[in-house]
Amino acid sequence: MDLINAVIVLLNYTIIPALTYGSQLALGAIFVTLIYGILRFANFATGDMMSFGTMFAVLLTYYFQSIGINFGFLPTALLTIPFAIFMMIFYMLIIDQTVFKYYRIKKSPPVMLAMVSVGVMFVTQAIIRIIIGPTDRRFLDGEKFILKATEFKEMTGLAEGLTIKSTQMITIVVTIIVVAIMFWFLNKTKTGTSMRAYSDNEDLALLSGIDPKKVVLITWIIAGILATIGGILYGLDKSYRPFVYFNNMLPIFAAAIVGGIGNPYGAFFGGYVIAFAEIFLTYAYKRFLVYILPESLEPNSLMQLLSTDYKFAISFSILVIVLIFRPSGIFEGKRI
Amino acid sequence: MRNYLNIIIAYSIMMLLIILVGIFQSWSIALTIFNYCMISAVMTLGANIQWGYAGLINFGIMGYTALGGLAVVLVSVAPVPEAWSVGGVNMMTCLGIIILMIFSTRYILKNIPKSNKRNYLIAGIIIVGLILIKIIAGPAIEQIEAVDPAKTGFLGGLGLPVLFSWIVGGLFAAGLAFIVGKVALGLRADYLAIATLLIAEIVVSIIKHEDWLARGVKNVIGLKRPAPYEIDLQTSPWFINLVEKFHSTKLDLANSLSERQDILNQLVIDASSVYVKLCFAGMFLVVVIILLIITQKALYSPWGRMMRAIRDNEEAASAMGKNVVKQHLFIFILGSAIVGIAGAMMVTNDGLFTPGSYRPMRYTFVIWVMVIVGGTGNNFGAILGGFVVWFLWVEAAPIALFFINLFTAHLPETNEIKVHLINSAPYFRFLLVGIGLLLIMRFRPQGIIPEKIIKQ
Repeated sequence: MDLINAVIVLLNYTIIPALTYGSQLALGAIFVTLIYGILRFANFATGDMMSFGTMFAVLLTYYFQSIGINFGFLPTALLTIPFAIFMMIFYMLIIDQTVFKYYRIKKSPPVMLAMVSVGVMFVTQAIIRIIIGPTDRRFLDGEKFILKATEFKEMTGLAEGLTIKSTQMITIVVTIIVVAIMFWFLNKTKTGTSMRAYSDNEDLALLSGIDPKKVVLITWIIAGILATIGGILYGLDKSYRPFVYFNNMLPIFAAAIVGGIGNPYGAFFGGYVIAFAEIFLTYAYKRFLVYILPESLEPNSLMQLLSTDYKFAISFSILVIVLIFRPSGIFEGKRI
Repeated sequence: MRNYLNIIIAYSIMMLLIILVGIFQSWSIALTIFNYCMISAVMTLGANIQWGYAGLINFGIMGYTALGGLAVVLVSVAPVPEAWSVGGVNMMTCLGIIILMIFSTRYILKNIPKSNKRNYLIAGIIIVGLILIKIIAGPAIEQIEAVDPAKTGFLGGLGLPVLFSWIVGGLFAAGLAFIVGKVALGLRADYLAIATLLIAEIVVSIIKHEDWLARGVKNVIGLKRPAPYEIDLQTSPWFINLVEKFHSTKLDLANSLSERQDILNQLVIDASSVYVKLCFAGMFLVVVIILLIITQKALYSPWGRMMRAIRDNEEAASAMGKNVVKQHLFIFILGSAIVGIAGAMMVTNDGLFTPGSYRPMRYTFVIWVMVIVGGTGNNFGAILGGFVVWFLWVEAAPIALFFINLFTAHLPETNEIKVHLINSAPYFRFLLVGIGLLLIMRFRPQGIIPEKIIKQ
């Protein structure tokens, strides 16, 4: 019985939150990695692009709520996803045409493009703050919980409750669906294969008649879908605040590099590595240990390896370690 | 002379803009902007050494700035004897353990051939060391932080003169740069950018959350100043006399003695703040000029030519027998040290250390915009970039407000769009800086004052 309780504690406070957070990071990391693999630059506007898509979802959610449209027990924001994605892709294509295209055609070094993306980051951040402001916004509606702690306790008669928030379930399910479709697209369709070819060897791909314009277009479309969905899921689970999204760029980068930048499978995996490391290293294990250890050994302290203040620092430290020992990432990087 | 014409013109325009601020807003604001421009200029000089001379991309400027700020606290604040007596011994033991860990790791790295055994030994040392530190430091940190937490709650500094901390700030930053350089310099340019950015975040989060070191997010206020305090100036007779002389015509216009006294009091208060800022401006100017002379000399020395050779073609330079790795590390440390000095200058100027305010937007990306806009590889350009971009960053809101009012003049005061735009005027600075960067990168990628290579 104690063992089951211990497992429930772990599940409730570490595994489910880590899976949720990992999914959100994974979507962002695949976005980074796609841009890096195909367009060949580190996109410093990542966080703000995600924020841009989410902003439309927030505004549309408010609009839908005001005219009385809702999605039953699911959050209204899910209904707004297609519109937000459309706006996001539109914005990305404008940015690509006005800014990135020039450097791509000139074949500028990647650093130049990264620097340009810093400019895009500034502009995007300005637009977001001018439109929606810097304040914290919650746009979650519908059922908040799928499983409440008290219900679970009644159901099973255990001492520990298991809570599953609807946003956690939605995040995990949506991520699996989106990532599955994307991997199917990249591996099985002709366009996906041409994208992989373009990423592996640009000259050879061009030689075999692949249209670079089309590859770039499709890349931005997929990137827009991933960025918007990742952003919305994060916003639903926590809350929407432009500054936080900008900061999220850092663990997302860490996830992409840890997994091997340029490799979507690696990025997907890297998201979970970062999330699990962050949560497992900052969780206070006292409650867990109370169940599995005999009474005489019960710990007095919180049994926390690191204070939660260092959550971000952990993911960065993992990145630094990976960069020293395996700079190409856990999976071989620079392949799609 | 003709070579320097564009530099002179650009600097004159910049000075004119600051003087205009002085005339239309106030001299105090103008001097604040000028001082911050100067601090930014030092930061850009540091970043420019790395990027312009050697092509190393360092997005960790925030971390070095924060360390420079930390140096001010650790050097100039008076020590807290109670905190030292409750936890000083333990913290010093921990420092000893860390040093011991470093040296034993070095010893193992040197004397044991590369093998699994070596890896396990190093891992063992690190784990044992961390556990020891946790056991020894844990209770000490709690006790230190419990010492009058509203005012101190930290070990305090050494109580030395604050100017000394500028050098220490540079040394701290150099130390960090040595570690970062050892870890990350072998990486490709964009990896290096990300790695340095993230390491800077780690540094800032340590400063933020280790309260025993510098109070963390509780901030340290009332730091020492190398310049006189306004309050002291306002009561010292020589200063009042000086103001009296300076404004004698204005004071003579006063009708009665009491009115004259009122005007004089107001003038003294204004003048004291201007005087303090002038003192800072003078000190910063000295630092900027010294650094400018050194960097100019270095740029046109054989060493500078070698750096440019390494930047332009690493393989060729290394084939000529230049040690690329060593030179990269050296220049990385040098540039970071300069950024550290700037960080210390900034905290000295503010008189307070707020770890919570170190954010990558303000302390990394804006500085990079300065470097790119000013002119990479040219020290005059870097300084100008610091001035121009900081000026825009500060004055963007008033400029935006002016244009919003201009374009929405026909709308009524209560119009929703107008109110919304006016409320979001501060965010136009991001737009202005971002568009500025994009335009410069597109149409003048070498910056306002481009790099100049003197052919021998």
